[in-house]
Amino acid sequence: MRAFEYVSPTTKEQAVALLASKWGETEVLAGGTDLLALMKDDVVRPRRVVNIKEIAELRGISFSPRAGLRLGATATLEELLAHPDVARHYPALVQAALGITSPQIRNMGTIGGDLCQRPRCWYFRAGFGLLARDETGRSLVLEGDNRYHAILGNEGPAYFVNPSSLAPALIAYGARLRIFGPRGTREVPVERFFRIPQTEAEREYDLQPNEIVTEVLVPPPPAGMVSATYEVRHREALDWPLATASVALVLDGGRVRSARVVLGQVAPIPWPSPEAERALVGKTVTTEVAQAAADAALQKARSLGKNGYKIQLARVAVRRAIERAVQEGAR
Amino acid sequence: MGKEVPDVKTGSLSRRDFLKVSGITLTVPLIAGPRVLRVAGAEVKVFGPGKVPMTFTINGKTYRAELEPRVTLLDALRNEFDLTGAKRVCDRGTCGACTVLLDGKPVYACSVLAIEAQGKAITTVEGLLQEGRLHPIQQAFIENDALQCGFCTPGFVVACKALLDRTPNPTPEDLVRGLGGNLCRCGTYVGIRAAIAQAARMQRGG
Amino acid sequence: MAERNRVEVAEYKWPEPERRRLIGTRVSRVDGPEKVTGRAKYTYDVNRPGMLAGKILRCPHAHARIVRLDTSAAEKMPGVRAVLPLKKVGDEILWAGDEVVAVAAVDEPTAEDAIRAIVVEYEKLPHYVLDTDPKAAGERARPTAEQIEGDPDAAFREAEVVVEGVYGMPLITHCCLEAHGSVVEWEGENQVLVHISTQAVSGIAGQMAGPLGVPASNIRVKQDHIGGGFGSKFSPDSWGIAAARLSKMAGGRPVKIMLERDAELMVAGARPSYYGRVRVGAKRDGTVIAWESETWGTGGIPPTSALPLPYVLRIPNQRKRHIAIVTNSGPARAWRAPLHPQACLLTMAALDDLAAELRMDPLDLLLKNIGLAGERADVYREELQIAAELMEWKKKWHPRGDPSPGPIKRGLGVSIHTWPGRGHACRCDLTIYPDGSVEVKLGSQDLGTGTRTAIAIVVADTLGLPLDAVRVRIGDNQYPPAGGSGGSTTIGGVSSAARRAALDALDQMFARVAPLLNAAPEQLEAWEGRIRVKGDPSRSIAWEQACARLNGMPLTVRGENPGPGELTTAGAAGVQMADVSVDIETGIVRINKMVAVQDCGLIINMKTAESQCYGGMIMGISYALFEEKILDPVTGRMLNPNMEFYKLAGLADVGELVVHMMTGEKYDRRGVIGLGEPPVISPGAAISNAVANAIGVRVPFLPLTPDRVLDALAKKGGSHARV
Repeated sequence: MRAFEYVSPTTKEQAVALLASKWGETEVLAGGTDLLALMKDDVVRPRRVVNIKEIAELRGISFSPRAGLRLGATATLEELLAHPDVARHYPALVQAALGITSPQIRNMGTIGGDLCQRPRCWYFRAGFGLLARDETGRSLVLEGDNRYHAILGNEGPAYFVNPSSLAPALIAYGARLRIFGPRGTREVPVERFFRIPQTEAEREYDLQPNEIVTEVLVPPPPAGMVSATYEVRHREALDWPLATASVALVLDGGRVRSARVVLGQVAPIPWPSPEAERALVGKTVTTEVAQAAADAALQKARSLGKNGYKIQLARVAVRRAIERAVQEGAR
Repeated sequence: MGKEVPDVKTGSLSRRDFLKVSGITLTVPLIAGPRVLRVAGAEVKVFGPGKVPMTFTINGKTYRAELEPRVTLLDALRNEFDLTGAKRVCDRGTCGACTVLLDGKPVYACSVLAIEAQGKAITTVEGLLQEGRLHPIQQAFIENDALQCGFCTPGFVVACKALLDRTPNPTPEDLVRGLGGNLCRCGTYVGIRAAIAQAARMQRGG
Repeated sequence: MAERNRVEVAEYKWPEPERRRLIGTRVSRVDGPEKVTGRAKYTYDVNRPGMLAGKILRCPHAHARIVRLDTSAAEKMPGVRAVLPLKKVGDEILWAGDEVVAVAAVDEPTAEDAIRAIVVEYEKLPHYVLDTDPKAAGERARPTAEQIEGDPDAAFREAEVVVEGVYGMPLITHCCLEAHGSVVEWEGENQVLVHISTQAVSGIAGQMAGPLGVPASNIRVKQDHIGGGFGSKFSPDSWGIAAARLSKMAGGRPVKIMLERDAELMVAGARPSYYGRVRVGAKRDGTVIAWESETWGTGGIPPTSALPLPYVLRIPNQRKRHIAIVTNSGPARAWRAPLHPQACLLTMAALDDLAAELRMDPLDLLLKNIGLAGERADVYREELQIAAELMEWKKKWHPRGDPSPGPIKRGLGVSIHTWPGRGHACRCDLTIYPDGSVEVKLGSQDLGTGTRTAIAIVVADTLGLPLDAVRVRIGDNQYPPAGGSGGSTTIGGVSSAARRAALDALDQMFARVAPLLNAAPEQLEAWEGRIRVKGDPSRSIAWEQACARLNGMPLTVRGENPGPGELTTAGAAGVQMADVSVDIETGIVRINKMVAVQDCGLIINMKTAESQCYGGMIMGISYALFEEKILDPVTGRMLNPNMEFYKLAGLADVGELVVHMMTGEKYDRRGVIGLGEPPVISPGAAISNAVANAIGVRVPFLPLTPDRVLDALAKKGGSHARV
């Protein structure tokens, strides 16, 4: 790790003032589970690290039936799991967090950190950049080993998968992010926070270098909503899922009135599937309907050569998430 | 080396070591007090990038050292205070060999900066002895042969202790979620499962 | 030893069952308390006064030539004490991660900064890292001579059923949790102290003497504990020599170089890949008569050797060819049971496919042909029977392809294995002190197998003392030399040497106390802390009182292996069975249960013996399901040199494990046989066979990842795999 200076502001205004307006000069430290690894691997080289864990207003989780759920950016995954209202009203979030089978990561990792963590693409982590090109400009992902890379949204130039565990569920619930920067507070739907970088200079999310995520706001659960997350993971021990799906369905007399289906670990961004949603709305959920939605979700998926199997896994994740939401919602 | 207070030890790396380097004129102080920046109407201290005096509470005792902000809690424990129970294996928060408790919760010491662990209660495997006696989980590890080479063992012991503190009667499902962050290469998991069951019984007074 | 030789050589034997209080029982390891409290000091934990941190700059390219090397900036950095180029301009690098420059500095951050300040420019050269297709490897494929036994052509003509399949497993790494490394310091001009993580405490000095230009007698080697070796830690390695040179350059200050995790996985250990096309010919009744195999694989630059095929079963007619593929990857090292897991998979999978073709239970097929196992056939027969009961094989087994509805399919698999495991050459000094305390010293090492504990058990039982009366000191090359811990040879070596030493020491004690007890020395025995007259326990003397007769002089006796009396032999046999569930929609394999039935002759410590079997199965589950050293064809680098994507099985990944150790007179009389390696051989084959039994089709290659499982299902035409 390279040397850096360390600051630990106590207000978000201070934090923002301490952040540089250019990527690469400063980094935000929350749980540290990703940032320290990136720094040890020399992928990021900040001259200053801004610890945001001492900022009181970034902490905590609260729920009210009228306002919904507020997740502080530095609330930990373990706090999320321990909150009774989260478990009661937002099972897809809990199931997503439980997929992180390391209590150490759950104790350290934060909500904001889960959303802002960098891709696990092995070429990115080896220093070849987000777009993973060698010095001649060719894509290492396309010509090399892409077994864990994107099957959707993979027209290029980025092929990594978004690693967030919570984002698919948050998007399914219609959550918004509150972001604070030099020009004050702004809100952005979680769905629009992520983006596919087109150049090496861009980041994979909608954040300026001197902005921080302060909280996540999840709307109150509508009546009749059922929701779930299903992950396909190779190992039971701490492991990245090969594909996940989070769904939130509003049921009305057994029929689907509205649906959100969001895939994770399959594209450079969490991947909402309007195709799957259309296949569900107006229907009573049966295995066939769930399968049709899953097929629709993956219709445009494309293998990069070694990751074709992920198409099947994602299809299974979507179908099982839908079935799980309906089954567990019926209880 | 840093030192446990009030026991004053002479460190292996003294200021003189730095100054002895031939032909180099040092232009910055080696151990600087924090600079103070005025931002957003308040004064914020900036530490480093050089060495910073730090104070830690480890296993109930106070330790001091002068460290750069880039030093991890794990490296501080091992290299400054000779608390080598927590091991450096993956150094990336994936194997659990460096597990310590921070305010009672298990964390990966390799992924915590030492500077941010100040002011927190740090418990390492060395701190689990109760009046010189083995903690029930340590006793159970021995009796159930839940160790071979033993390099993952301190991390597992701390993770198991944290699990039992929270979940006195863990189900198999609790083990999946409570110990999924620790890995063993020799393959001691059968012994570890038995050790947890035994420690849980012992703690119930059974 | 001379005295005992004079009496009766045949007395060098293991005690009869009724004379064992510790041997064969379940004894907790003596170093357990140190290890569970964090007090145990491994090489990685050694902090010496004035110690410098050593780091190594490695080449990122798989094949390159160094065209520029400039270390001047690093040399000038404050806190840097030594910079040592390990390569020079013009040198060719043959694998990514190879060492280029080593530095020593006052602390790790400074050493890292120094590494970053070194400028190296490379001319990249063409690399090759693929190993699955020998035809694509061109001149990097090196065929070895064909081996023929019997008349394979005639046998295949005679065969009523012939099956053919392709099987294999990729490069994997050792991934010792304690990385390779050492702490080296010069004590004066000509004296070197080495703390090193090693499987060969007594063998290190001799390997360092030449490179350092110091007599081996002046090199002191120490190691209290080692965090895993698995065959990869017999050498000081280039970085150990570098640490010594850096120390010398820095005026003798200790230099610690422990490999970073990425280097550990890239260069410090690899098990060669092996793949093979196998044909087996049999009679309709299942009698196997013909074998043909063409194998290929890589272990990096050194060519791989042929496998011991067919494994365990000596099929009478054979034709075998092997092609070594030379690749630009970190060189292979011995990996727990070298060549056996690969040979086992190729053989047991082929026989399992033969059974499926014959619509036979593979257990019956093995039993039918078990005569081909030679002198161990009876043991296998007995073990197969016991394993079948523990697995409820006959109740649970179904023909290939689980017919039950739903995506989860269950299946069973079986495999057998063997390993020599005769005790190595070893010496120990046993000292009895006048206060009655007992010490054993030998230049051995405890890899986590429980070597310390086993030595203590043997000595305590022989002297009739409790376990805690014996202090075992190992891990120092000033102690009598003991062999390296490889090939499962340690337990046989150290237990035999310790037994001989203790018997000889006892003879001397008997000689001293015999007059006091009015008996001849040969009438005496040691039992429960006393020396007494056989058959007349009333005539006895407490051990401490007996030792007081030593007149203040400790009694030291040398024990050796090999030596008189056959205390260790070779040839362990084992059987394993696996019960798996496969989700045919996701290709995820879960282990429900595994059974290991294992013979290793006389068992010294039942508790740690069982742990070896549990550990072997778990390590086997790990390589069967998860492990693969992934080399990138484009960059030539290892893509997963970390523990995030180099996946080891976790606690929840291993299912229920059952171990049954073979015991009894028939096993005891063979003496002690090594156990470290055998239990890791069969899991790959047993699990692969179980998956085939579950899903109805063979997944040819390990690890059994979702992509491979789904691919096999798709080729079978299964309705669920729609990739």
